[in-house]
Amino acid sequence: MKLALPKGRLLSDTAALLEMGGLGLDGYDERSRYYRPKSATLPDLFLKVFQERDIPIQVAIGNYDLGICGLDWVEELLVKYPSGDLVKMKDLEYGRSNISVVASRYAGVSSVEEINDGFDKVRIVSEYQNLAESFALRQRLRRFSILPIWGAGEVFPPESADLAIVAETSVSSFEDYNLVPLARVLTSKAFLIANRNSLAKADLSEFLDYLRVPEEATEEEQPLPAITAGPFETTPEGGKIRLALPDGHQQRPTMEFLKKAGFNICGYSEVLETRRPTMELAGVTVKVIRPQDMPLQVANENFDLAITGKDWLKDHLYRFPSSPVKEILELGFGKVTIVAVVSEDLPANDVGTLRGLVGELLPNIRVASEYVNIADKYARDNHLERYKIIPTWGASEAFLPEDVDLLIENTETGETLSTHNLKIIDTLFESSACLIGNSNTLSDPLKKASTEHIIKIMEENARRG
Amino acid sequence: MKVPRCKGMHDLLPEDMTKFRRIEEVFRGCCLKWGYEEVRTPTLEYLHLFTATGTLTPGMLGRVYSFLDWDGWSGERVVLRPEGTIPAARLYLENIEGGEITKLFYVENTFSFEEMRRERWQCGAELIGSSHPMADVELVMLASEVLGKLGIGPLEVKLCHAGLIKALISELGWGATEQTEIFDQILEGDIKGLGEIKTEDADLKRALTILLDVTGSSPGFLENVRSLLGKALPRFEPSLSNLTSIAELLSAMDCPYQIDITSGRGFEYYTGVMFQVYVSTERVGGGGRYDDLIPLVGGPPVSASGFALYVDQLMEIVKMEERPCQRILVQSQGSDVKGLKSCFEVARSLREAGYLAELDQGQKAVGDYRWVLLVPSKDLFRLTDQTTGEISELTSAAEILMIVGETE
Repeated sequence: MKLALPKGRLLSDTAALLEMGGLGLDGYDERSRYYRPKSATLPDLFLKVFQERDIPIQVAIGNYDLGICGLDWVEELLVKYPSGDLVKMKDLEYGRSNISVVASRYAGVSSVEEINDGFDKVRIVSEYQNLAESFALRQRLRRFSILPIWGAGEVFPPESADLAIVAETSVSSFEDYNLVPLARVLTSKAFLIANRNSLAKADLSEFLDYLRVPEEATEEEQPLPAITAGPFETTPEGGKIRLALPDGHQQRPTMEFLKKAGFNICGYSEVLETRRPTMELAGVTVKVIRPQDMPLQVANENFDLAITGKDWLKDHLYRFPSSPVKEILELGFGKVTIVAVVSEDLPANDVGTLRGLVGELLPNIRVASEYVNIADKYARDNHLERYKIIPTWGASEAFLPEDVDLLIENTETGETLSTHNLKIIDTLFESSACLIGNSNTLSDPLKKASTEHIIKIMEENARRG
Repeated sequence: MKVPRCKGMHDLLPEDMTKFRRIEEVFRGCCLKWGYEEVRTPTLEYLHLFTATGTLTPGMLGRVYSFLDWDGWSGERVVLRPEGTIPAARLYLENIEGGEITKLFYVENTFSFEEMRRERWQCGAELIGSSHPMADVELVMLASEVLGKLGIGPLEVKLCHAGLIKALISELGWGATEQTEIFDQILEGDIKGLGEIKTEDADLKRALTILLDVTGSSPGFLENVRSLLGKALPRFEPSLSNLTSIAELLSAMDCPYQIDITSGRGFEYYTGVMFQVYVSTERVGGGGRYDDLIPLVGGPPVSASGFALYVDQLMEIVKMEERPCQRILVQSQGSDVKGLKSCFEVARSLREAGYLAELDQGQKAVGDYRWVLLVPSKDLFRLTDQTTGEISELTSAAEILMIVGETE
């Protein structure tokens, strides 16, 4: 029997639940760097730890019989693929989080009914792109676009999006970002899910008996807070340079780079203080978003300049070859190598040998990556027929060898890879931080002088190293 | 490794294509003679063409094949055409619009995520620019003529009226959102939403019950309903009198029909008469009036109505006449260039004379052919009549044609 367990937000409550049932888990806690905990009580139970978002996919495709994750990610999959093999088993009653549709309080929209009249074309950002599409169709939005994001949805409205569909738990406070919730898409809680075929064929009761959900008084559904729509304010954006800076791993080196270049940015330090820091340079507004999301945002002219990685730029350009996004500058920090990785135990040391294993050792090649488009192109270019791309959201090295055969991943030193008994069979390219822009907005006469000024300072600083 | 076709997709094999082409040819022939012109819209359209109209139900939109194009970084999706009329309305607006009556027809595939059949073919006709009942009747007659020429029947034409259904739903006392939902349910074949008619007015209740429960077959039925409606009549009158005019004209044309208010199927954009064509229990076509659609996709107030015949259903029903075809197999005796050239030449003469002359590539069973012609590199042609076994030795294509022609 195979069970997928969540990392992150639900980890401690899930660990407590399994502990209470008496599973005697070893290696499932916040500090553990290993992905395969063991149960003293059920030694045959295979456990693996994933990002929550990966779990419904892993269960649906049959890699795992059972999984525990938030209902939000279950519904995100089910709303698009209702006839799949994913079955909701049990509400585990913890990890409550409301998924809400939010707009800026300055947008002049105070209910979902007003959305169609409020915007010509509704721009929605969300980590939940299927739930977003379903919401848009259900509300009969006349014209909408959905920009998938990796996170930080709260910082997008009103300039970069009209609506964001976000988990309330992921946002420190709606007020800080001047957001008002318009509707609740769903209330998510931790859920036990199962694969339909496993349920039909295998006896899972041995494990299910250990899962005792405490009888708790169900929390009252919190009503949506009353909307205090502010005065209708439009911030004049013309001529302003909109700069996107990365959070996560790239935040520290980016901060150091900008500091050395002489840009003073208040609120952009080693830790995330705010997603809207201020820059002591007239006419520049700054937002802190995920580097993964920047190329798409720049392509849509929501930002003029952004600091991201070459890897994410390439992933974007492989998907949208005629995109107006281009690399302006290589910044020289955040160097990683994008590599193709397999398990140390697989008898292949290059991609040609791997290809030869299809139909012999492997029925097909399951390729996992955060870089879906880079991975897809790599598999196509190397004729890995037939292959499947499995999108992942971090900690991809955990997937090998049980759940995928090939990983397209970035690495700094290769150390993490060898710790996990993995080997590199190919190098795709070197990536480092870069400044990107949109060829259309770069030539905007109102902005040209200021952008060129910023680029010049960064260029000089990058050259100094 | 064998790769099967995608789930929900279907191959059309030679016998299917024979039927497909027959349906298409009859449909094209009829349409052209009625003065319709053929168009074809692209397979890809913007999703917002369909969401902007607010005329496909969320249920239908949830089953469209939508995706991001290679330049779709804006996040706006494109779709594989889920139905034919809205693209036709767009085509009209983009290319034709100009106040004239426009009659268009097309043979197109549509895509929707279903369990069994995800690609469907339809023969569609649209009459744009007229609001007259005569236009609706023309479409019913055209559809019937096509089916008649295909030898399909007996047909059952079921009439109802979107305006009448909407008026009926509004009598049930629901809010606007629920009314739309119930209308959608009816269009998807579920009439439960009509439920029990709750009204204090006993006369009205009786009239509405009759309207729902009784299937009419003449304008007289509508007159009966009209006289029972009493005070509620003004709310039904425009639709009722429109449907009556159409029914009268169809009766005068000896076109049998049924008035069945629960028979409405199809799209939310219908505003007037809706008709469905059945062959026993199989629905083989349907259509109706959609006066608001062209304004909804951004055009001027232009009335229109149209219909579609469902090719996949028709292919199940249509019978092919066995037309005896003089098939001739041309065989070469040797393999020298001169003999092969002679094969090609004589086969061409036979084809030009209207026969099916097939060169033997060594793979065919001879039994499928009426004639087998052996072509020597020198000497005489040997023509075998496979039905009688008679063999003729001939010197030229002209002589061969004479023998073959005699048997016709």
